[in-house]
Amino acid sequence: MQKILLLLSLVLAAFGGQAQPAAELLQKVRARLDQVNDYQAAGTMKTNVSFLKEPEASVTVYFKKPDKLKIKNDKGISFVPKGAVTISLNNLLKGSYTVLDAGTDTAQGRKVRLIKLLPQDENADMVLSTFWVDENRLLIVRARTTTRDNGTYEVELYYGKYIAYALPDKVVFTFNVKNYKLPKGITFDYDDGSPKKKQAAGDGRGRVELSYSSYIINKGVPDNVFQ
Amino acid sequence: MWKLLQIELFKIFKRPRTYIPFGAIAAIILIIQLGLKFDGQSYLEMGMSSVSDTFNVPYSLIMNGYLVAFVILNTLLIQIPLLIALVAGDMVAGEANMGTLRLLVTRPVSRTQLMLVKYAASVIYTFLLLIWMALLALFLSMWIFGTNDLVIARDTVIEHIRKTDVMWRYIAAFGYAMVALSTVAALAFLLSVFAENSIGPIVATISIVVVLTILSEMRIPLYDNTVKPWLFTSHMLAWKGFFYSQSNGQGDTIAGSIENLPSILRSLSILLGYIAAFVTAAIWAFRKKDILS
Repeated sequence: MQKILLLLSLVLAAFGGQAQPAAELLQKVRARLDQVNDYQAAGTMKTNVSFLKEPEASVTVYFKKPDKLKIKNDKGISFVPKGAVTISLNNLLKGSYTVLDAGTDTAQGRKVRLIKLLPQDENADMVLSTFWVDENRLLIVRARTTTRDNGTYEVELYYGKYIAYALPDKVVFTFNVKNYKLPKGITFDYDDGSPKKKQAAGDGRGRVELSYSSYIINKGVPDNVFQ
Repeated sequence: MWKLLQIELFKIFKRPRTYIPFGAIAAIILIIQLGLKFDGQSYLEMGMSSVSDTFNVPYSLIMNGYLVAFVILNTLLIQIPLLIALVAGDMVAGEANMGTLRLLVTRPVSRTQLMLVKYAASVIYTFLLLIWMALLALFLSMWIFGTNDLVIARDTVIEHIRKTDVMWRYIAAFGYAMVALSTVAALAFLLSVFAENSIGPIVATISIVVVLTILSEMRIPLYDNTVKPWLFTSHMLAWKGFFYSQSNGQGDTIAGSIENLPSILRSLSILLGYIAAFVTAAIWAFRKKDILS
């Protein structure tokens, strides 16, 4: 009996010992992110979607706590994916959730911890979030969010000059795209007689790459920017 | 020759019917502009509904002067040949109807010169109609709606052109449209030689353009690979090719590029070939014509 109790306590200690560090680790990562109240970042945005011929854009990204995010094209029009708010990790870490330790993995050539979050709000759009956390640098290097209505978003973050604030130099955002097709009778598209190139089927995913050149951090961002 | 051209232009612009196309174009453009000004978003949502599921579509920015001009050209460049026929179909038949044709050929100019001048007058009229259209469709729209990037919904792809890369495309498109409409003018001019009043060539030109346009737009494989590539109406829409840009492997558009320039040039050469054929046939027929009126 004593042996069974000892074994049980060891198992509980083992599981409890892992769950606690995952939550703690996430808490530390969150504390790093919390030091940024707002930022204004200048950069370029490249969009890669099979049906969209989009030029590279100069953009300014505005963020303000708790969850305001706006991507503005400085000189023209940009198509911003609907789930782009998730490029701000604060938006993924808001609310109450259950933390699960999912072991380890490799991301960007580093060994990282894998942490899953289950929201406690049953009506939340987010169903599950998975974070690849660099334990040594206390940074999230990849995040994947599965939503109820809008498929799965994935954010890959590359850090450089602004690592002290846990702000990335480059973000690659991957998202689900639906097929695009309009009847020729509506568009009156010009048929140039060349063999029809089929629309690249791709993998049903689109990519947006944001490369930041500079950040202005904690200097205040007016609310009207987000309207 | 110059004096003769001036006389022909004077005759064209003295007729009240010459101004009907200018009025019709102004009315159509203003109606489209008014509609898009007050309900442009609904129009855009129709074409962008599948995109708006994935992206935040900035409708208010997309609905700008450049897009409005594109929408107008899309509508009008199909209809405008009918207006061109009103004048070009009258060039020779009108004179026959009024009984001035015999008098005209007694003047000390060759019939070939006379026909070339008459066609040149038709082309100048077409040019002025296009300038009028450009002023209203492009510059008035730019003034009313402002300017921004041009976003065009095609059947399988959406083109996004930076505003700094748009104006030269419009200049090229209007230049191309000039050649396309001159082809219709040449057809009406040819038919005009065979008639004694202008109604016949005008109606015949309109009928031919309508039938061939329907044939060009239909997706029937039997015609797609045989007749269609050689119909002049199939090549009249090639002005749109100036708004289709190349993209690199990652989907970024390349500024200043055209997706398929050889195809546009091929269409252009076919239209020029038609013009040469129609005008040559008109001159040949007129030289052989026994003028009784």
